[in-house]
Amino acid sequence: MPRIVVDVMPKPEILDPQGKAIAGALPRIGLTGFTAVRQGKRFELTVDGDVTDEVLEQARHAATTLLSNPVIEDVTRVEVLEEDAQ
Amino acid sequence: MTSSPVETPLIGGPQPLAPADAASPLDGVSVGVVTFPGTLDDRDAARAVRLAGGSAVQLWHGDHDLQGVDAVIIPGGFSYGDYLRAGAISRFAPLMEQITAAASGGADALPVLGICNGFQVLTEAHLLPGSMIKNESLHFLCRDQRLRVENAGTFWTSEYAEGEELVIPLKNQDGQFVADNRTLDELEGEGRVVFRYVGGNPNGSRRDIAGISNAAGNVVGLMPHPEHAVEAGFGPDSSARGAVDLRGGTDGLGIFTSVLKKLVG
Repeated sequence: MPRIVVDVMPKPEILDPQGKAIAGALPRIGLTGFTAVRQGKRFELTVDGDVTDEVLEQARHAATTLLSNPVIEDVTRVEVLEEDAQ
Repeated sequence: MTSSPVETPLIGGPQPLAPADAASPLDGVSVGVVTFPGTLDDRDAARAVRLAGGSAVQLWHGDHDLQGVDAVIIPGGFSYGDYLRAGAISRFAPLMEQITAAASGGADALPVLGICNGFQVLTEAHLLPGSMIKNESLHFLCRDQRLRVENAGTFWTSEYAEGEELVIPLKNQDGQFVADNRTLDELEGEGRVVFRYVGGNPNGSRRDIAGISNAAGNVVGLMPHPEHAVEAGFGPDSSARGAVDLRGGTDGLGIFTSVLKKLVG
């Protein structure tokens, strides 16, 4: 069954304490080539049937009303997973 | 949790306020306390209402009926396990739709207080601006926190004087209040910063903000827990009013007497 993927990232101007902690941990495993980390969320919405424009629109609606909080987060991607699309 | 007109103190000793007798006008005021799956502090909040002299009514998140309550408290905890974002799923509970509509109703709008997770629910429901992200330190914090009342004109702070300080427990992980600068300036300009942290910012909240209100002043959210500082023997070890006995701090009680007296008056 096809899946729609939704990516949500903290807004650039919002401090991301979790990303900062991860960035601080990278040198501990010997990785020093990264200057910053930001942590987001990925959702996969499984669709029963074809991904019509209406279904995609519903996914966008879900992304902006429930899956993200526009005060602190941006929806950076809403699209059908290529590997599912025949 | 049935409402009882007289709350028996758990221990002896002088009470900060005498429990209401049957003739007290405050007893006729009913305050609903909402329970979601994962709510922790509903019983403490209901007890605080009764100790302040009012009647507490238990409200279930899945119901559609506010049962005619005069005010609502959304207590602390981890509603829906904080899944997705703190408060994000609770916001769509059937009872929240009732509360959102009643709280936005102009002059007769329902007074609503959100404490900790309840504050997060109110921001997710857009009843209050801004949002909460993880504490700057990333640690769960649990300590007695000093606050200053910046606005004593709201439904929930009228028993305090402006500038008065109180010490109540703070306990959370996602307590860092954030909003864009325009929103923050608006909150400051309109006197809607209700509480500010004093003696150090515990979680990185913008402009030391611990609590805010909506424009009408009927909806207030704050991160620390006044309901845990209402009864001698079970409160913080300190008070902003001076030395107290061990666990003797009751600085939070005024939040609950404020709304009761406002509603009677």
